[in-house]
Amino acid sequence: MSRETMEYDVVIVGGGPSGLSTAIKLKQLNSNLNVCILEKASEIGAHILSGNVFETRALDELLPNWKDLNSPIKTKVSKEKFLFLGKKRSLSWPTWLLPSVQQNHKNYIISLANLCRWLGEQAEALGVEIFPGFPASEVLYNNDGSVKGVATQDMGIDKNGDKKDSFEPGIELLGKVTVFAEGCRGHLGKELIHKFDLSKGKDPQQYGIGFKEIWEIDEKNHEEGLVMHTAGWPLDNNTYGGSFMYHAENKQIFLGYVIGLDYKNPHLSPFDEFQRFKTHPAIKKIIEGGKRISYGARALIEGGFQSLPRMFMPGALLIGCDAGTLNMPKIKGSHTAMKSGIIAAEAINEHVTENKDLSIFEEKLQKSWLYEELYKARNVKPSFSWGLILGIIFTGIDQILFRGKLPFTLKHKHADHETLKSAEEMPRIDYPKPDNVITFDKTSSVYLTGTNHVDNQPVHLKLKDPNLPINYNLKKFDEPAQRYCPAGVYEVQKENEIYKFVINSQNCIHCKTCDIKEPSQNITWVTPEGGGGPKYGNM
Amino acid sequence: MKILVAVKRVIDYNVQIRVKDDGSGVVTDNVKMSTNPPDDNAIEEAVKIKEAGKANEVVAVTVGDDKAQETVRKALAVGADRGILVKVDGTVEPLAVSKVLQKIVEKEKPDLVFMGKQAIDDDCNQTGQMLAALLNWPQATFASKIEMKEKSLEVTREIDEGLETIEVNVPAIVTCDLRLNEPRYASLPNIMKAKKKPIEQINASDLGVDVKPRIEQIKVEEPPKRKAGIKVASVEELVQKLKNEAKVI
Repeated sequence: MSRETMEYDVVIVGGGPSGLSTAIKLKQLNSNLNVCILEKASEIGAHILSGNVFETRALDELLPNWKDLNSPIKTKVSKEKFLFLGKKRSLSWPTWLLPSVQQNHKNYIISLANLCRWLGEQAEALGVEIFPGFPASEVLYNNDGSVKGVATQDMGIDKNGDKKDSFEPGIELLGKVTVFAEGCRGHLGKELIHKFDLSKGKDPQQYGIGFKEIWEIDEKNHEEGLVMHTAGWPLDNNTYGGSFMYHAENKQIFLGYVIGLDYKNPHLSPFDEFQRFKTHPAIKKIIEGGKRISYGARALIEGGFQSLPRMFMPGALLIGCDAGTLNMPKIKGSHTAMKSGIIAAEAINEHVTENKDLSIFEEKLQKSWLYEELYKARNVKPSFSWGLILGIIFTGIDQILFRGKLPFTLKHKHADHETLKSAEEMPRIDYPKPDNVITFDKTSSVYLTGTNHVDNQPVHLKLKDPNLPINYNLKKFDEPAQRYCPAGVYEVQKENEIYKFVINSQNCIHCKTCDIKEPSQNITWVTPEGGGGPKYGNM
Repeated sequence: MKILVAVKRVIDYNVQIRVKDDGSGVVTDNVKMSTNPPDDNAIEEAVKIKEAGKANEVVAVTVGDDKAQETVRKALAVGADRGILVKVDGTVEPLAVSKVLQKIVEKEKPDLVFMGKQAIDDDCNQTGQMLAALLNWPQATFASKIEMKEKSLEVTREIDEGLETIEVNVPAIVTCDLRLNEPRYASLPNIMKAKKKPIEQINASDLGVDVKPRIEQIKVEEPPKRKAGIKVASVEELVQKLKNEAKVI
């Protein structure tokens, strides 16, 4: 069946910080270019989740007058704390002893979702066409193998794959250049990395899962502008992770937890670690008497320099977290994602107007501060594979004494799906029951995300081997999907002594963790019908 | 035949509603907004009637602030021909909306006015009925099926006892139930075309309508939290508890 086609100079997949920056920069450079952005969420920002302490460097370059444009960047960081948590105690680490990359006094506490909404308005004002509710589900190729564009998802397909009355076929969007800016573990980005062998010679990519809750807390506990991070409890020395607590405007705090997906114990439940973390006296005393108003989770990309794939290919660019430009020791990816978008726009403009090869993207990248930043940051994350304590000591030497200039590069040895040990070998973890005041279960949490997928559509979490979860994962790993999924999508049910693997795909919050962590890479996340997924507010 | 369809911008049905701390209303900042769901059915029906050649124009109208324009734009993307935004700041009650719509009807002279049976934000279910009274037009509410006759409509209504079929003369007001049809998706090319369709902006004050609220809202609060359930050991205990504690039997 033939689909309608629409032609653009540049088609951008994903309306996050990198894609929006590309669009804005393109229009600034050349207002004649036709640029569109496809976004799978029902509106720009609704699938965006981030801490977020924002460094304005890239935005200063993109929109130098952002302060005059009623931007949602308001709360300047006024105070910083870093705590090491023991089970009951906490030790405050002096901020002046933190590497400079972890100092935030010039930065702002923001909602990245709101920043994206605002960037979306700026882009539209410049003439960019933004289509929320339209996921790009398929890459289209020319006969010579180069990327031609993308197709949007068909709408109105029932769970058996048949057309409903409301069926609306997808559209082919063709671009001189297609920019993939889907965020961490984008499903088309994954296909392109494979097809064009973009990760050749690179270390395996590294990921984490990040949780975030927004709390409205008691005025007396709220200190607008305070940024606090913790390491240590409840994670053991061998699991990479930590928390953030950002005191934003309107008595809100952004409270979150990030755990490296290279964890080894299949009994570990990232969600429950986050819930348990909140019961620590140093945290509980701040949120007690407050109210949780939002919840969400998203995978983030942590491999950095060593794992960064080649970002250009014939007809297309891969940018932002879709490639992996996050700076892990800085715990920031927004400014780097935006910078990669700006560089993409510059490369595309020269490609389209002066017929230069898209590989100029790489030259521009290597000359940029983004590249320098990622290079200096490169050894921090791998050093934590030696454990928290050695990781901190090494990071101190690497970041404070040598400022990232040590003459060697540590490697990421394993992909995250390879790190799980068998359930028998590893200790079970007894998580406390939620008290529904400070800690909660997954069901009530997912409810807060506003996630929904239209009933009667195909399951968008595809199993390569439908029997593997029960026949292999359950026996060997006690099916870890039940625990790593932050939204309770995966369940193992027992009926008449027979185990059954259930996928509650309507609960999915598009975090992509299953696609990353499943030990046999048996789960593939594909786009559901447009507009589905969470409806995040100021995440 | 010309059909006027009234649409309203409301908090998206997937969003968990939060009450403001001071009890003055619900939180609408950072909240996803959408078209009131049964209004989508109203637009769909009007567009279907036009596609069947029984109407020649569908006009979408909304009453609200600047952002309510998105709701009109959505209606244009699924087939309405043009839009009207009547600008009002702050809360507007059903009576004010129906008075505004009365003025729009006098100006546009439609043969039919469609709208959702009620809005999911205030659940008033009054606008259609009051508009019918103001215009002295017949009304068919809770429509789950509409058949066009020569100069009348046969409308099936969803009522407590089941289905009721009535016939109303045109011009008429129809308020639509969710069962009326399955609203279509807005396709990308149609969204593009909708951007070029005209939306007329009118200030409510220019229509001579006083939109000041007539109802004083005292307090908005969340429903009380459900208490945790308990397990009972026997049927006897259950019956006893239902009788003496819950006092429901």
